[in-house]
Amino acid sequence: MENLTEVNNPHGDEKVFDACSIFGMMNLKGERFSAKDPIRAIANMHDRGNGLGGGFAAYGIYPEYKNDYAFQIMYLDRDAKKKTDRLLSESFNILNEEEMPTQPANVRDSPIMWRYFLQLKKSRNNAQTASDYIIEKVMRINTETGKAFVFSSGKNMGVFKGVGFPEDVAEYFCLEDYKGYMWTCHGRFPTNTPGWWGGAHPFNILDWTVVHNGEISSYGINKRYLEMFGYKCTMQTDTEVMAYAFDLLMRRQNLPIELVSQILAPPLWSEIKTMKPENKLALTALRQTYGSLLMNGPFTIIVAHEGEMIGLTDRIKLRPLTAAEKSDYLFLSSEEAAIRLVSQSLDRVWSPRGGEPVIGRLKSRRAVDVIAQEVYGE
Amino acid sequence: MKSYVCPEYIVERDQDRCIRCKVCVNQCSYDTHCYDEEDDCMISKNENCVNCQRCATFCPTQAITIRPNPNNYKSNANWTQEVLTGIKKQAETGGVVLTGMGCDKPNLTYWDRLLINASQVTNPSIDPLREPMELRTYIGSKPDKLDLDMVKGDGIVLKTKLAPQLQLETPIMFSAMSYGSISLNVHKSLARAATEAGTFYNTGEGGLEKSLYKYGDHVIVQVASGRFGVHPDYLNAGAAIEIKIGQGAKPGIGGHLPGEKVSEEISETRMIPLGTDALSPAPQHDIYSIEDLRQLIYALKEATNYTKPVFVKIAAVHNAAAIASGIVRAGADAVVLDGIRGGTGAAPRITRDNVGIPIEMALAAVDQRLRDEGIRNKASIIAAGGIKSSADVLKAIALGADACYIATAALVSLGCTVCQKCYTGKCPWGIATTDLWLTKRINPDIGAKRLASLLRGWSLEIMEMMGGMGINAIESVRGNRLVLRGVGLTDKELEILGVRMVGD
Repeated sequence: MENLTEVNNPHGDEKVFDACSIFGMMNLKGERFSAKDPIRAIANMHDRGNGLGGGFAAYGIYPEYKNDYAFQIMYLDRDAKKKTDRLLSESFNILNEEEMPTQPANVRDSPIMWRYFLQLKKSRNNAQTASDYIIEKVMRINTETGKAFVFSSGKNMGVFKGVGFPEDVAEYFCLEDYKGYMWTCHGRFPTNTPGWWGGAHPFNILDWTVVHNGEISSYGINKRYLEMFGYKCTMQTDTEVMAYAFDLLMRRQNLPIELVSQILAPPLWSEIKTMKPENKLALTALRQTYGSLLMNGPFTIIVAHEGEMIGLTDRIKLRPLTAAEKSDYLFLSSEEAAIRLVSQSLDRVWSPRGGEPVIGRLKSRRAVDVIAQEVYGE
Repeated sequence: MKSYVCPEYIVERDQDRCIRCKVCVNQCSYDTHCYDEEDDCMISKNENCVNCQRCATFCPTQAITIRPNPNNYKSNANWTQEVLTGIKKQAETGGVVLTGMGCDKPNLTYWDRLLINASQVTNPSIDPLREPMELRTYIGSKPDKLDLDMVKGDGIVLKTKLAPQLQLETPIMFSAMSYGSISLNVHKSLARAATEAGTFYNTGEGGLEKSLYKYGDHVIVQVASGRFGVHPDYLNAGAAIEIKIGQGAKPGIGGHLPGEKVSEEISETRMIPLGTDALSPAPQHDIYSIEDLRQLIYALKEATNYTKPVFVKIAAVHNAAAIASGIVRAGADAVVLDGIRGGTGAAPRITRDNVGIPIEMALAAVDQRLRDEGIRNKASIIAAGGIKSSADVLKAIALGADACYIATAALVSLGCTVCQKCYTGKCPWGIATTDLWLTKRINPDIGAKRLASLLRGWSLEIMEMMGGMGINAIESVRGNRLVLRGVGLTDKELEILGVRMVGD
């Protein structure tokens, strides 16, 4: 996109607010299922959005290309596609490329949507890691080629999003024809009127996707802290800092999700005070070091990447999150009603505590509800 | 020889109210009032009055009014009263006009042109009366990442060793005021209040009096150019060490304690002869370059076994950002920035009013520069210089400060009326003096209570404003320029502050 700021944030708000509905569904055994149920669930929460954004992230949808990078790109003009095609053929081996299947639906001003299945070239200079290489190429497509924007660039996964209610976006992309083992969904209620499809959720970096309901009051400092580590916050949405925070802490600094949640939604000093000495020292050090990544203000997020789906709320739980399990399925939702619509009976349904993540991991028998006491042995 | 300078103030006494109790005679240390036995009347010498308001405050019948002398020169925007009297005084004495406290000239304060946000609808505000609101702050060098081991069900083990940190329960500390510029009773009050409030007080460059060593865990000891009272016990007595390169009230010159204020006790603590002027050298004579500073920082760390953070304090000047970057790379755990409004016990008035820049701009520039260079985590930033309210503290934190130092505000809470005569040593409030007859007027028990109350009041106000913004931890305000907007500022000022215009 030529000028992401102008396109995503036409009124120059300090950030684009994201209120809304979110839903996640995962089969812990890795069995792939159709988008039908996630779509029904997110459509049930129709009134939490205002029709100005909807989106889905799906994992396990390209098993025949499971080791290749699936780039899903939107174009607003042919020139951008020409430039992007050139950049892609210079940087990758293109195994396959095609226009994404779509059908008419109640969505606004749909762009041209293409997907590419790519492999790294053997002649590539190995000085950069594969991940940094992908991030760099995505950044270049987004900023240098004109009116193009990469929706997703992970392996065996894809982001489908646009301007319309989520159920209409799903219809547009023929999502019921896809099968994945993990789906996350989002319906948007933005308070400005972005007309462009790239601004909807999920937000993607590598194979990380984030759907987010909330408004981060600490955004101003979260952004400046991440910028020190080389991230460019071009989208000006809080969701962006959420995704980059996960990339920094989990991928680059190798911290486990249990500790990452203690950085984004830390326990209060009054709680830390009562912990045993080693935990007190560690949690104090986390707040001292990563204080600028504390996400203040209401949020519920569902973060997904290969093999894992994580639901997390802010530490005083100002936005809803309900979790549920039924045989091999884990559900995360803004509202319980949406889960019940998909599965009337549930083995277990609960409201996770503020700041304590719920994690679904492939091949684990059940979801992990991270309760601080259990983690720290308090 | 008759002075051409007229009295600045006129003492008006309401004779109907005056009961000739002579409280004013006792309280005034400038010898303004006296009682004529013969005529049974009170006489006031206008030329001695400095408008400290001590007599007016203590007069039991409110019989005294201090007025600015209406006999002013013809009003002139360029040749003001202050300019004309200053020139005449210099003609009469050939000296440097001294003054006390901070720059009093208009149009140098940016705090009043910055406004704070509140959250509504899209983001709920948080109720500080009913919900936790966290102000705890740690001053010191932070790493870029942590090495931790997690044993499920057992606990988390921290492998990275952090540099020493100061723990503050509120992001406000008492700034450097030397023993000598202020009295021991005020130091006692500051030490006790800092201990009670869970924060720190700075000794200033006059050393730490022996009886205060017991408060050491809440003391920041200062090493300034005069090296007064600096010895190994002193360095190890405090919780942190501050190297004073400069101060906002008089950038480029050293501390200034007139001989009148160098009493027996001062002489002993500072290790200097009785009655001599204590004029600190302008630079620290072993710091002529950034590499020299690095050497001193590490010498102090070695002397204290790397157990205490070392701060470096500079006055806010034009290239503060570059200097601060150098200071951080030289190994300092915190950079202290003192702006032009900073106070002092004595300074040439010409320097106080003309040298240095406002703290708001310096702070914004330093914070941004350190982030641009990727080194902001390596040192905390402490802002000082005329911080007069909890709103100023919050705005400073939003611009990037980890904490603020206050000094003038602390003295005002003890009784100071900012009459700017600290250098005379005659402070009738018993604050900026070492005269034992006057210092008795500050009772450390009461003083400590007043100071702790000030900190408590400001902390509660900060919590109100934070809750209003939908934030419940101070680290989410720190460096968060988006919570501020500017009004009445030029585009360039907004750009340097990193703040948008109201309405934008």
